Amino acid sequence: MKQRLAVDRIRCDGHGMCAELLPELIRLDDWGYPIIASGPIPDHLLPLAKRAVDQCPVLALALRRVSEAA
Amino acid sequence: MTNLRLLDGRALELGAEGFAEHVRRLGPLPDAGPSLIDVVAASGLTGRGGADFPVGYKWRSIAAVSGGSAVVLVNGAEGEPRSLKDRLLMTARPHLILDGAFLAASAVGAKQVVLYIGEEHHSARQSMKRALAERPEHERRLVRIVAAPARYVAGTSSAAVHLVNAGVATPTSNPPTPHERGVDGAPTLVQNVETLAHVALLARTRQLPGTLLVTMAGGVQRPGVLEVERETTIGEAVAMAGGATEPSQAVLIGGYFGSWIEISKALTLFIDPQALRAYGLSLGCGVIGMLPASRCAVCEVAGIMRYLAGESSAQCGPCFFGLRALADACSRISEQGTNSSDLLRMRRWAAEAPGRGGCHHPDGAVMFLQSALQTFGDEFAQHPPHLRRSA
Amino acid sequence: MNDTLLWYTTRGAGAVTLVLLSASVVLGILSALRVQSATWPRFLTTGLHRNLSLMTLVFLGLHIVTAVVDPFTHLGWLTAVVPFSSYYRTFWLGLGTIAFELLLAVVATSLARGFIGHGTWRVVHWLAYAAWPIGVLHGLGTGTDAFSVWFFPLTVICVGAVLTALGYRLIAGSRDPLAAPRADFEAAVQQKEA
Repeated sequence: MKQRLAVDRIRCDGHGMCAELLPELIRLDDWGYPIIASGPIPDHLLPLAKRAVDQCPVLALALRRVSEAA
Repeated sequence: MTNLRLLDGRALELGAEGFAEHVRRLGPLPDAGPSLIDVVAASGLTGRGGADFPVGYKWRSIAAVSGGSAVVLVNGAEGEPRSLKDRLLMTARPHLILDGAFLAASAVGAKQVVLYIGEEHHSARQSMKRALAERPEHERRLVRIVAAPARYVAGTSSAAVHLVNAGVATPTSNPPTPHERGVDGAPTLVQNVETLAHVALLARTRQLPGTLLVTMAGGVQRPGVLEVERETTIGEAVAMAGGATEPSQAVLIGGYFGSWIEISKALTLFIDPQALRAYGLSLGCGVIGMLPASRCAVCEVAGIMRYLAGESSAQCGPCFFGLRALADACSRISEQGTNSSDLLRMRRWAAEAPGRGGCHHPDGAVMFLQSALQTFGDEFAQHPPHLRRSA
Repeated sequence: MNDTLLWYTTRGAGAVTLVLLSASVVLGILSALRVQSATWPRFLTTGLHRNLSLMTLVFLGLHIVTAVVDPFTHLGWLTAVVPFSSYYRTFWLGLGTIAFELLLAVVATSLARGFIGHGTWRVVHWLAYAAWPIGVLHGLGTGTDAFSVWFFPLTVICVGAVLTALGYRLIAGSRDPLAAPRADFEAAVQQKEA
């Protein structure tokens, strides 16, 4: 079951932990807010993605099934 | 009945059309129910609040989850600075709007109606209040009136619902959308006042009025609201507004979240939202602004970008900082002249901002700017410094 | 078994708990301050904070178990969970019980953060600011060697570190660049009478 990353933009406070833990899929814009690669997460990055979701200080990051609406 | 128009009836200068007059002219409120949804869907009516969303589809999805507990939120916030049509409709034809609201409530199974009226639209609110008092008791008791703060994003669906639920009109995250969980947690149908006015006539005649309300703004002799046929061109609408005050260079269609079109291409465009969509344009909230050739396009765009940046609810970094950076870059180009680094950065920021806010504010602002960069490409690339900003 | 060993273990584990808890509080404050550098990413701060908190509980557990099991102290298991139920130094030991339970709540909610949501987690986590001073007072009030040559300076260092970090936290204010503009906007769109 393919999953993708989704971020609650209002909850996100620009801590940037997600980009530290998953630089392959997340980078920060000029002000420290995440730019997330779209599309399903490659299998080998799934554990790191789960860790990034778990470690977000404000629980703004989540995993969603790819078939779900944005 | 033949095609009725929204502004038929009592002359506008004479104020609101009262209940008795309204019923005499149009007949009583038709019986409705879920069957009205099919009529609305078949008519092809799309929302007149800015998003141009198919109304029948919206009603169907709310009715499916309503279970009798849905809420109808009548959106009369009209936060778009140059738009006047919603105010006019609320002031002059409040019963059309109320009819539409009660018809919608009956169709989707709602037991609450909220009138969300811009806090600064005093005559509109007075008119809606008086009109409500004239309605029968079984309708009156469903309704409450809530004042919408006079800020741009306060007119967004989720902000309206948030104000009613929690007393503050900031947009909220979705999921869930207001359609899923809105006022008091119930599925909420948010509909613009003009859309509901269309429904009021549609339910009686089984056909749409065939007209729309637009607000003519900027360099026309008689700025203000016009009711025009869908097959009216922009050029004809300008003529109806007394013609341009001076030669124009471009038209902004759809207000501050709309698109700029060069004047030669604009005048022949039909106002019909469907026709505009074929060109990748949107009538949006119906504001049509004429930009005189004597005005500096870059300065106008910079001014509007500064406004839009200032209207960010500051809940999301990409919107608050992104729009501010874009507005600052436009202002620098406007005041100090073109520089290539600002142009480059603007392209990058404009590519990064959309879709990264909690609502569509950054998306709308960036679309506005992209259309400006396309239509006024030469002006942006070769702008000399202005010592003073134009108004 | 050697009763003296149990007694030393209780005191030693208690001291280690104090150090680990203080370090954890400091790291938690540094995390809130969004401290980082090119060589010290934020997940290092938060990772250490978590690991040290869990270690704190381990040593705290050891401290409690050895204290209760030790026949010399005449403490029953009840004293570990019911505050102020011991005969020995009732008040100061009771503080320890309270600190222990506050820490349990903090750690339990942190482990279950995904289920209870950020809001609830945050409110409970503030209890850490109560658990630490209560724990410090317990250490000074209960220990026979509280003011000894090794424990007292250790306590002073731990307290100094936490108070310094707290000082920075209070001066720095919010590290969220949107805190002020968001508050301004919210104030502007509050509901008024219709």
